[in-house]
Amino acid sequence: MKPRSTFVLLALGFGYAFLYLPLALVVIYSFNASSLAAVWGGFSLRWYAELLNSRDVLDAAWLSVRIAAVSATLASVLGTMAALALVRLGRFRGRTLFVGMLTAPLVMPEVITGLSLLLFFVSLQQLLGLVFARGAGTIAIAHVTFCTAYVAVVVQSRLSQLDASLEEAAMDLGGRPLGVLFDITLPIATPAIAAGWLLAFTLSLDDLVIASFVSGPGSTTLPMLIFSKVRLGVTPDVNALVTIMVLIVAAGVSIAGIAMQRREAERARSREQIGTAA
Amino acid sequence: MTSPAPPHRDGPDPEPGTSAWRLRSPWERVTLAVPYAWLAFFFLAPFAIVFKISVADPIVAQPPFTPLFDVGAEGATSLHLTLDNYAFVLADRLYLLTYLGSLKLALLTTFLCLLLGFPMAYGIARSEPTTRRVLLMLVIMPFWISFLLRVYAWMGILGRHGVLNELLLWTGVISQPLELLHTDAAVFLGMVYSYLPFMILPLYATLERLDESLLEAASDLGGRPAEVFRDVTLPLALPGTIAGCLLVFIPAMGEFVIPALLGGADTLMIGRVVYEEFFFNRDWPVAATVAVLLLLLLVGPIVLLQRYQEEDAT
Amino acid sequence: MTGPNPSQSAAEPGPRAVRDAAPFVSVEGVTKRFGDFVAVDGVDLDVARGELFAILGPSGCGKSTLLRILAGLERPSSGRIVIDGVDVTRLPPYERPVNIMFQSYALFPHMTVAQNVAYGLKKERLRAAEIRERVAAMLELVQLSRLADAHPRQISGGQSQRVALARALIKRPKLLLLDEPLAALDKKLRERTQFELANVQDSLGVTFIVVTHDQEEAMTLASRIAVMDAGRFIQIGTPGEVYEQPCNRQVADFVGKINLLDGVVERRGEGTAMVRCEGIDAPIRIACEGEVATGASVCVAVRPEKILVSRRPPAAEGRTVLRGVVFDLAYFGNLSLYRVRTAGGRILDVSAQNQRREAARTLEWDDEVYLSWEDASMILLLE
Repeated sequence: MKPRSTFVLLALGFGYAFLYLPLALVVIYSFNASSLAAVWGGFSLRWYAELLNSRDVLDAAWLSVRIAAVSATLASVLGTMAALALVRLGRFRGRTLFVGMLTAPLVMPEVITGLSLLLFFVSLQQLLGLVFARGAGTIAIAHVTFCTAYVAVVVQSRLSQLDASLEEAAMDLGGRPLGVLFDITLPIATPAIAAGWLLAFTLSLDDLVIASFVSGPGSTTLPMLIFSKVRLGVTPDVNALVTIMVLIVAAGVSIAGIAMQRREAERARSREQIGTAA
Repeated sequence: MTSPAPPHRDGPDPEPGTSAWRLRSPWERVTLAVPYAWLAFFFLAPFAIVFKISVADPIVAQPPFTPLFDVGAEGATSLHLTLDNYAFVLADRLYLLTYLGSLKLALLTTFLCLLLGFPMAYGIARSEPTTRRVLLMLVIMPFWISFLLRVYAWMGILGRHGVLNELLLWTGVISQPLELLHTDAAVFLGMVYSYLPFMILPLYATLERLDESLLEAASDLGGRPAEVFRDVTLPLALPGTIAGCLLVFIPAMGEFVIPALLGGADTLMIGRVVYEEFFFNRDWPVAATVAVLLLLLLVGPIVLLQRYQEEDAT
Repeated sequence: MTGPNPSQSAAEPGPRAVRDAAPFVSVEGVTKRFGDFVAVDGVDLDVARGELFAILGPSGCGKSTLLRILAGLERPSSGRIVIDGVDVTRLPPYERPVNIMFQSYALFPHMTVAQNVAYGLKKERLRAAEIRERVAAMLELVQLSRLADAHPRQISGGQSQRVALARALIKRPKLLLLDEPLAALDKKLRERTQFELANVQDSLGVTFIVVTHDQEEAMTLASRIAVMDAGRFIQIGTPGEVYEQPCNRQVADFVGKINLLDGVVERRGEGTAMVRCEGIDAPIRIACEGEVATGASVCVAVRPEKILVSRRPPAAEGRTVLRGVVFDLAYFGNLSLYRVRTAGGRILDVSAQNQRREAARTLEWDDEVYLSWEDASMILLLE
């Protein structure tokens, strides 16, 4: 164990407590029978029941999940293409602009992205006389646009670590460029692409501001629904929602962690079996 | 940004990042063109539209602004531009205060995140690999849980009937519940809470890349831990640190959700202004103008970010 | 003895494995420019079928670039490459009958050893059964059969190298290129692999071109060597020719250790010259043919192992003799290296095999000794 200063340890301790305390409290209160935080009315699951019976919540959740799945998939495709172009094509005209378009969405305030896309859709409708209703489709388009940048960052980071001689070796052995992409490059980049998909899915699922701007009547996503509920104050069934989310995420992370550990153990075992005698 | 050179090369690299057999095959063009076109159409073009609307007049119509080109009686088109919106916004002291308020909030948030995030990132980067993985997971996990829900959690704590007030009342520290929610302080708290992972992760990435042997060499040459930190760690981590700060500062400037939920009626933030001008006042041109001005303020930092990210990567 | 002209041996293939009169691989005037930088400068080379040829040179000399041009991973700025009568200059790497073994081995991490080896055959669209057979046979040849289902991260460096070799050889290429094949191996492994590589090449009869900066590697593996620097071939010849008959100072110094005595021609005789060298009292008499004028600056070169060092004065017949003092020494177990300083202040490196097993060293620091070597051991270098 490397010697660590007490200051660092204190910072770590405080930091993690700071991050998790609010969540812990919400989880506890989701089981509170009373709707007021002030009073502990006893252990109860009534908020969970209310939540799961609420038509609004379930519809919004289902819509959000569908939009997120579509957006994440499309963003993964576009983001991977962008990453490939960046890493393999070296200098080309318009590269700076391309990089800019892939960096800006990462930091652009959501109100600006949301507003600009909405105005864009409205102008399209007006200028070109296109008739389309704003809704799930426009939300998905918006999500794909900013998620592509995130996927591109993740995949590009992996691709730039990829030894170019792997692809050269494949070509030398007879693989044509397109074949090499599917035989070598993409398979090796798959974990990064999957991580990018997951990231895009989460971002899409979680987006409030942009969806508010570009959505239409009848398309209420889960964050939009929650926002309208909590503006007015704390609502206990949202506590239940938080707890459910925490459980899902914790479960997902644990499973991923266990899966990784098992792979490590397996690898170590097979390495022993094979032995490293030259 | 570029692929590493193959392990053994004579002479300088040919254009960095090119596959050695320079292929300008149609497939490569497609791979570049598709995302390029998408982003140009759905990311870049909308900014042009925003700008265009910021120079239009608001009218009661659908959509509520005048078109750029007016087709007159004989079919002659004339350009309809106005800078009224800009004059309006720039002259109004309230807007100026709001921009400054957002700036203040963003700077303070960045600073506090840095203060807490740097030692945390440092601690994680220097820990054993197994512990490190767990610690990182713990930082990333809140990120997967909805942002909105985490801000909501603070509402529960800071509200009049929230946990904190209940605790203070119960222990007798106060006799009346404190107005903690809907204050500037609550907004600060919420901001730091939400943006902390965004500071920790890039800082961790930078610090993790730091070559341990450099620190050992400095120590071997007589540097005490504090000196080594100041002379070696800090300068090397600087580009990544600046990039991390910008990654917090830029979106914080335009933050909407946290001020909306945790802030008071008089908490003036630009993000909120844009939202309210648009949805409540239905004044699209002014909303567009405010957005354009915000964008102009952020262009500099965004360019800086790109530069520092590249510098950090090399 | 005067040195031969550079590239003189190019037209005449070496003694080992020479089958055809016409060159199998022909590099004609190949140049490669990267912007202003010329990496390969008008290189000509002929390699015979079945030859094991080495290109030797320091880092940055252009040898790896030349290798990549041969493989098709770079296109030459000018010149052409002909393999077995076919001009392959414009062919992409996947259409050439050439395969390359990378220095890093470049094994595909997401495929097993067997899948790696099979990749090239899969791209040839052979039947699955045939692929399986040939992969099994090849793994047998390189003694990796039991690792067929392992992944690259699970095997050692030496094993990785054999996989890389198998993967390339299974395609029965007309030409196999090897980039620093022994560089990543430790010393013991290197020696063993040297012999294995040579054996494999011999038994399969594939033409090999090896690129390396390690002169030992080049000399032990190759039947002919090209010494390369700054994009050009300086000398091409057998290891013996390159070592014992370097054409210039650069080659002499690069391949093995050598003593370079700079001097001026004092007197010319019939087939001889008297050279006055810096730091050496008496002028040295050396065989010299050709147009070397009195007063010309030359260099007398003699390898450390050719010099005899002794306490007692040696026979002087047909030998050059000097006196000196042991300035420094290093013991290597099998041999000892002595640095001897002459009266004139010149230091000569001498290596002597420790032929007798003795507890005490024969020579010590500050011993007065005699250095001598056969006249024929000297090389007269003109540049």
